[in-house]
Amino acid sequence: MTATKAQLDQLDVLEAEAVHVMREVAAEFERPALLFSGGKDSIVMLRLAEKAFWPARLPFPLVHVDTGHNFDEVLAFRDQRAEELQARLVVAKVQDDIDAGRVVEVPGGLRNPLQTTTLLRAIEEGRYDAVFGGARRDEEKARAKERFFSFRDAFGQWDPKNQRPELWDLYNGRHNPGEHIRVFPLSNWTELDVWRYIAREGIEVPSLYYAHEREVFERDGMLLGVTPVSQPREGETVTTRTVRYRTVGDASCTGAVASPAATPLEVVEEVATTRITERGATRADDRASEAAMEDRKKEGYF
Amino acid sequence: MDLLRFATAGSVDDGKSTLIGRLLYDSKSVFQDQLESVERTSADRGDDYTNLALLTDGLRAEREQGITIDVAYRYFSTPVRSFIVADTPGHVQYTRNMVTGASTADLALVLVDARKGVIEQTRRHASLSALLRVPHLVLAVNKMDLVGWDQAVFDGIVADFTQFASDLSLDLPRVTAIPLSALHGGNVVERAAETPWYTGPTLLEHLEQVDVVRDEAHARSARFPVQYVIRPMSTERPDYRGYAGTLSAGRLRPGDAVVVLPSGRTTTVAGIDTFDGELDEALPGQAVTVRLADEVDVSRGDLLAAADDAPTPVSTFAATVCWMTDAPLVPGRRLLVKHTTRTVKAIVTEVQDRLDVTTLAHEPVPSLQLNDIGRVTVRSASPLVLDPYVVDRRTGAFILIDEASGATVGAGMVAG
Ligand SMILES: Nc1nc2c(ncn2[C@@H]2O[C@H](COP(=O)(O)OP(=O)(O)O)[C@@H](O)[C@H]2O)c(=O)[nH]1
Repeated sequence: MTATKAQLDQLDVLEAEAVHVMREVAAEFERPALLFSGGKDSIVMLRLAEKAFWPARLPFPLVHVDTGHNFDEVLAFRDQRAEELQARLVVAKVQDDIDAGRVVEVPGGLRNPLQTTTLLRAIEEGRYDAVFGGARRDEEKARAKERFFSFRDAFGQWDPKNQRPELWDLYNGRHNPGEHIRVFPLSNWTELDVWRYIAREGIEVPSLYYAHEREVFERDGMLLGVTPVSQPREGETVTTRTVRYRTVGDASCTGAVASPAATPLEVVEEVATTRITERGATRADDRASEAAMEDRKKEGYF
Repeated sequence: MDLLRFATAGSVDDGKSTLIGRLLYDSKSVFQDQLESVERTSADRGDDYTNLALLTDGLRAEREQGITIDVAYRYFSTPVRSFIVADTPGHVQYTRNMVTGASTADLALVLVDARKGVIEQTRRHASLSALLRVPHLVLAVNKMDLVGWDQAVFDGIVADFTQFASDLSLDLPRVTAIPLSALHGGNVVERAAETPWYTGPTLLEHLEQVDVVRDEAHARSARFPVQYVIRPMSTERPDYRGYAGTLSAGRLRPGDAVVVLPSGRTTTVAGIDTFDGELDEALPGQAVTVRLADEVDVSRGDLLAAADDAPTPVSTFAATVCWMTDAPLVPGRRLLVKHTTRTVKAIVTEVQDRLDVTTLAHEPVPSLQLNDIGRVTVRSASPLVLDPYVVDRRTGAFILIDEASGATVGAGMVAG
């Protein structure tokens, strides 16, 4: 038996809140799905789902929107986790939408904005009525206004001015066919909470998150790794440095940070004292403008 | 480390955004890139100082109009505590936002402008905090720099507030008043040199020290709304059947006698499971899976309650409702009630009166308008297992949903 806790601490409270939200969804929706990318937030979300339904298996499939610009290691991690949990993994590829002409890739452009089309296609094909995402309110200003249950119309759009009030722990998932609800169980978590939880629970994450030696070059004040989708341009010099990634999205626009943090606890320490947000440090897509995220979210982005 | 949730309220221009910006900034929770972005925007707009209020104005429309349109959530932490701030706008028409923010808050932070003192909005915010049973209230008397940090001004405001609270017999057990300046930072995180006469805590000290009132929930009888039935149907556990949910009040141990409501069957707790192992006791707020000793019929929406102190299921009940949509609430209106994990059809059979939140006077009305708060009678299509809201903020609360649009149109608190 596990000894009685005297009091729930902050991580216990956040965990219980997320588990509660996931069980509400499993009980009230017909076809939920969980967005799983192999990134740390979705890894934590997946662990919370395991906890919510144990000893049963996950009552929903995992969905990954593959930009084609992912780190191989992260994809391998994704597949391994799905297998361990005996979960069904649905991969929706941005490349398929490009090939079919549903989206047009700007040469040298970022693929992140294109993900929205692929995500909405995956939701339509899977007829998902609830989609779990690992987004957190602390990530970004527009996200600070998100609900746990975020209503999306038939076009997947978010209407920030017309959101349902969310009171107590009572979540409203009503929707008509064709509409769906995005659900964010980690709404109240911060980057630091995520790392504290990873450390406390001993959760495995791709080793990119920890300090390693890598060939990098500098662009727009970010350290980009040398990969097939991110090659140095003229005048950009490649050096080998000790770095780690704070987010592991699109390799073409996700930067690494110089860091010696090699263990979960060292990362906790580093995140607790860092002075730059994870998006500001490492995401070219969010730098486009003051309202970049808000615009993408309205169109149906995560 | 623990967690404190607080909601902020104030009229437009009382300095709420500046205060939150200041808390984030002085507690070093603002990141460099966020600050730089705010500095840039400030400079573009021609502000002659860095406008910390911009840190909390999330959406484009708000930045353009310089107002806050919806509840936004902020996060910061100090070495002793983590904080979740529900930043609720102060406009009269946005009562619903304040009610939303207060519903989960451990503490309400009510701002007043030292030059204006206690105004109608202050009363409204204090009354709503009391109505929603937020355990703590902080009266933050802001812009003290503009009244020369005058103790007499502060004391006068505190006296007015105390008088108002006692006139209305507001149920506000724990009120703390703090003189401060959000713009200059005095008594927010750092102590103000100008207030030697003030011996109380700074705002952040108070937020760090105030007790998170969970003991009351611990002392009550067990309430466990069943969310979901877990049946692995696996070869290792062919017959496993567990009831997943969050314990909303009391403690639950294996061997405890419980009654399944509304059916009324009694049984005992056989075990309490979690992914991390079996528990010998579950605490309020913990998400667990309960196994029962007998094969009784239990499904989502049922409540497991302590057998010796269980509520009686009812189909007609009185409640206070905050109405949150344009079309008024009239008697005879059909809606869905979502109470804990149970959603049922219901009719509002009677609209009794409307509450003037600044005087707490009840006035008879034929209907409730957007942002009105009033007493109603509800009849539900099947029984609900309720506690009075004054006893339990979870099993005493419900939301009203419009069946056609799916919108959340009201928030309800069960009468005592
Ligand atoms: N002098 C002074 N001005 C303040 C103080 N706090 C806020 N202000 C100013 O009051 C105005 C309104 O502040 P803001 O934070 O936007 O108010 P909100 O509408 O309540 O969010 C701004 O011009 C602030 O600079 C204060 O403590 N002292």
